[in-house]
Amino acid sequence: MTASMESLAAAAQAIRTRALSPVELVRACLARIEARSDLNAFVTVLADHALADARRAEESIAHGRYLGPLHGIPVSIKDLVDVAGTKTTSGSALPAHEAACDAPIVRRLCAAGAIIIGKTNLHEFAFGTTSDETAFGPVRNPHDASRSAGGSSGGAAAALVEGMCLGSIGTDTGGSIRIPAAACGIVGLKPTLGELPVAGIVPLSATLDHVGPMARTVADAGLMFRALEGGRVEAPAAATGRLRFGIPRAYFCEPLDPGVNTALDRAAAMLRDAGHDVLDLHIDDAAWTPDVYLHISLPEAAWYHAPMLERFADRYTPGVRLRIEMGRYVTAEDYVRAMRLRDVLRASVTHALGTCDALLLPALAIPAPPIGATTVDVDLTAATRAPVRATMLKLTQLFNLTGHPAIAIPAGQGSDGLPRGLQLVGHRGETWRLLEIAKSAEAHIAAGPGSVGGGTG
Amino acid sequence: MTVDAWLAAALADAERRGLPALKPLLETLAKSVAALRRADEINRARESGERALSERASARVEGPDPR
Repeated sequence: MTASMESLAAAAQAIRTRALSPVELVRACLARIEARSDLNAFVTVLADHALADARRAEESIAHGRYLGPLHGIPVSIKDLVDVAGTKTTSGSALPAHEAACDAPIVRRLCAAGAIIIGKTNLHEFAFGTTSDETAFGPVRNPHDASRSAGGSSGGAAAALVEGMCLGSIGTDTGGSIRIPAAACGIVGLKPTLGELPVAGIVPLSATLDHVGPMARTVADAGLMFRALEGGRVEAPAAATGRLRFGIPRAYFCEPLDPGVNTALDRAAAMLRDAGHDVLDLHIDDAAWTPDVYLHISLPEAAWYHAPMLERFADRYTPGVRLRIEMGRYVTAEDYVRAMRLRDVLRASVTHALGTCDALLLPALAIPAPPIGATTVDVDLTAATRAPVRATMLKLTQLFNLTGHPAIAIPAGQGSDGLPRGLQLVGHRGETWRLLEIAKSAEAHIAAGPGSVGGGTG
Repeated sequence: MTVDAWLAAALADAERRGLPALKPLLETLAKSVAALRRADEINRARESGERALSERASARVEGPDPR
C-alpha cells in the first residue's frame, strides 16, 4: 500500500495534484480484493464499471473539472443498499432484487465523484454482529482470519483494513457500523437518527436503522459524511479548547475484556494529559437497554420479513430465521411498553450529556470473537461467559434507541494482536460537532505502545 | 396476559409450526418480557410520583393566598 492510499484524504490530495491516477488507484484496490478474496469481504465486485468510472474521473480532472475530495475515490457499499443495475442480496440466499435505481446516499456519493468498486458482505439481512451467518461465506478478520470481522457491516470493515477501498458505507441498527469498526481497527460513524436517508436500503428495524460512513480516519469519515449529506465535501477541523468527556462506567464497563479496559484507561489518561477533563458519570436506567431494544427490533424485523418467511423460510440461515421468528411472538402491548421506555432512555442520555461534550466508552467489550462462537468469556479474570451477540451489542445499542450520534475510533491493540475500539457519543443533531471532537481526540485515543494507530490497521 | 401464559402459548405455537429450536430463544425472551414489564412498572410509578409532586406544587402555587 503506497502512502497516498493510507487514507482517503491522502489519496484525494494526490489525485487533486495529479500525482495519483484514479485508474491506478482503482486497479490497486481491485488487486487487493483479489489478493484477499479469502476474507469474503465482497459479494459483488464492479471491476469494469469502476475502471470505466475511473477513466472518466481521470479525464475530467485532467480537464480541470475536479469535483472535490471524493472525486476518483473507490468506495464500497454494504450489500443491503441499492446500487442501480446490481442485485441487493442482503447477504442472503433468498431471491435478490435487481435495483432499478441508486439509493439516495449512493446518488450523493456518485455526485461527489466517488467510484463504487463493489458491494460488501454482511451478516444476513444485517441481523447479527459476526458476519458469519451469510450466504457468501463468513467475513474473516484481516488481523486473524480465524476471527470474525464483526458485523453486520463486516465486509466493509475488512475491505478498509486491506485497502480494497478507501471509504465504505455501512448500516447500524444496534451497532453494525461501530462493532466491525472496533473489531477491525477502523473508524465507523453512526450519525444522529434520521439525519441521512435510508430509502433504498433493506430495513432491519425501521425505527432503529441508521446509515453512515466507515473509513480509516476521523477526517475520512467526515469527508464521507459530508458527501452523504449532499453538501460541500470538507474534512472536520479538530475541536479546540478544553473538552469534557464523561465515562459511563456502570452497566457499560461491567465487565470488560482486560485489553479494552486498558485502552479506555489509557485514552482517559492521555486526554487528561492533553488538558481535557475526563469524569465518570451515570446514565439513568441504562440497564433497561437490552430489553427495550429486543422488544422493538424483533417485531419490526418480523414485520418486514413476514412475506418472505411465508415463501422462503428455509432459505434463511437458521440463526437469522429463528431471531426473525421470535419477533412474531412479541405482543403489541410489550412493543408499546418498549417504545415508552425508549423515550425515558433518550432523556437519560441527553441528561448525561448535559454535563459534557461527549461520552467516552468502549465500542465493543471484547476483541473480535472466533468465527462461529456463540458464547464468550468477557473478563478473563472473572470467567464470565456470556452470549456473543448480546455482549457485542451491549455498548452500542442504547444510542440506536436514543438516536444520539456515535463514532467508533481505533484504540490500539491488545497483547493478542487484535484491535480494540472506543466510542464517542455526541449531542443529538450535532454529528458534525462530534466529528470535530473525535478529530481532536483521535490522536490521544489511538496513540500508545502497541497501537494500530489512527485507523491504519 | 401474564408472562407464564404468554410463554406457554408461544411454545405451543412454535411446536405446532415445527420450530422446536425456538424453545430456548422464547424462554430467554420470556425473561426479557418480565424485565421489560418490571421496568415499565418502575417508570409508571416514577411518573405518577412526579405527577403527584407536580400537582402538589401547583396546588401550593394556585392555592388560597395565605396572607
